[in-house]
Amino acid sequence: MNAKGIVFKYGDNVDTDVIIPARYLNSSDPAELAAHCMEDIDRDFVKKVKKGDIIVADKNFGCGSSREHAPIAIKAAGVSCVIAETFARIFYRNAINIGLPIIECPEASRGIEAGDEVEINFDTGVITNVTKGTSFQGQAFPEFMQKIIASEGLINYINNK
Amino acid sequence: MGMTMTQKILAEAAGLEKVEAGQLIEANLDLVLGNDITSPVAIKEMEKFNAKGVFDKDKIALVPDHFVPNKDIKSAEHCKCVREFARRNEITNYFEVGEMGIEHALLPEKGLTVAGDVIIGADSHTCTYGALGAFSTGVGSTDMAAGMATGKAWFKVPGAIRFVLTGKKAPHISGKDIILHIIGMIGVDGALYKSMEFVGDGIADLTMDDRFTIANMAIEAGGKNGIFPVDDLAKAYMAEHSTRSYKIFEADEDAVYDAEYVIDLSALRPTVAFPHLPENTHTIDEIKAMDPIKIDQVVIGSCTNGRLDDLRIAAKILEGKHVAKGMRCIVIPATQAIYLQAMEEGLLKIFLQAGAIVSTPTCGPCLGGYMGILAEGERCVSTTNRNFVGRMGHITSEIYLASPAVAAASAITGIISGPEEV
Repeated sequence: MNAKGIVFKYGDNVDTDVIIPARYLNSSDPAELAAHCMEDIDRDFVKKVKKGDIIVADKNFGCGSSREHAPIAIKAAGVSCVIAETFARIFYRNAINIGLPIIECPEASRGIEAGDEVEINFDTGVITNVTKGTSFQGQAFPEFMQKIIASEGLINYINNK
Repeated sequence: MGMTMTQKILAEAAGLEKVEAGQLIEANLDLVLGNDITSPVAIKEMEKFNAKGVFDKDKIALVPDHFVPNKDIKSAEHCKCVREFARRNEITNYFEVGEMGIEHALLPEKGLTVAGDVIIGADSHTCTYGALGAFSTGVGSTDMAAGMATGKAWFKVPGAIRFVLTGKKAPHISGKDIILHIIGMIGVDGALYKSMEFVGDGIADLTMDDRFTIANMAIEAGGKNGIFPVDDLAKAYMAEHSTRSYKIFEADEDAVYDAEYVIDLSALRPTVAFPHLPENTHTIDEIKAMDPIKIDQVVIGSCTNGRLDDLRIAAKILEGKHVAKGMRCIVIPATQAIYLQAMEEGLLKIFLQAGAIVSTPTCGPCLGGYMGILAEGERCVSTTNRNFVGRMGHITSEIYLASPAVAAASAITGIISGPEEV
């Protein structure tokens, strides 16, 4: 399983309130949430993001609220993977549970800039910065996690078992 | 190698003799919680699930509190979804407007959370119940759905940081100052993936409401949970509020901690977190040395600081005084019982006479839902828990997190002020 796309880069402590502001939480429709994804940190994100693109951030990505709407919005916006130095724990769990691939890799987070083209091999955990010709070793996705992602979430994965 | 208090609770719930940090376990749940924002997503997931229904209708709590009384049609639809699910599954602990409150104030008050419990809630501030010696942690809607269906959840056993609280609280210091001080010290990811275990002789000087406030904001340091030992005060609280039996766990003498901090409660000063992170803390003395920070709104309430102690502290400061000209001061008792008690004690009258308003229980302004949204460039001193960009309204608005004492004093002066200044 692979992902490839252009990078949107953010700093430390990107919280779930800026990923999907609470004023939109009166909806739980993924498409509607995606339309406001990253709105309070990057107004242009929704206009620019294309299917397969990648978010790279520094530490504690997804801190704050437990709203699963945050990874849902990112996934529905077309993002294929989020790479960060570290993730807040509830976001980490939620992302896996809804089938959004995420990787903790401090080296990649430092070695990738906005606009770089990046490719990720989930079987090996290798993250390649195609633009700069560098690569980083992230954690490989265990088989069950790849299956959760392929099933579009934990519940479907359990149902398919 | 011994176990921490959290590890002991998790070992028991997983049916294991022993667990260690990093171990993956499956634990039995005593309570699964959701609100009007997270439950509809969980209910949708439940419906996909080939589950017959909920695992135990008495062990699920559904509390519409974020956007209720319904703020708009879409919120009303969400609440309706939760209400109908509760009816269909005969959920015992569904709390309608009129009996509800802000979930993390309501559940302990209703006796649904006791020492030794393992609790998950689809709300990040579920960590509040650690004040009673329970393991409780926030999860997302999918985990809530799986929990409602199976009564189980998987956890990675956390390591721990030990906070030794010593001495007696300095004047005007409450739980909020203590937890803001800690977050300022270790940062918003200082306890990432870990439990925050509070110990020391200083705990005897903390009211239950202080402890709820401290445990509540463990998540603001990235913590998985915050937990207090169970002393006579906690036992008395549970005896008053709950009929459930509880189990007291204590950390082993030789438990291992990743770090330890000693905090002298008598040396603390009222503390305020500046925008846009709870770790940007300044003491009131540092603030006094700055140019005055003019504010437009004060919010006293939320799952962090909407309890009776909080209202009493605020009322004591506001009594016989009036909020500054042009100030909007919004007081939100966290539950119906707190509201009623505040009324009987005359606190609500003090708030109204001081020019504040009193709202029905709701999370409303804390997450920028309604009931006090900020316009461009406006500033608010708030007893809530997060001051992220746009959290309470416009992305250029600013939130200063503070105790009820600082919030009340600031409402009177119109600038960020300590309780000693009014």
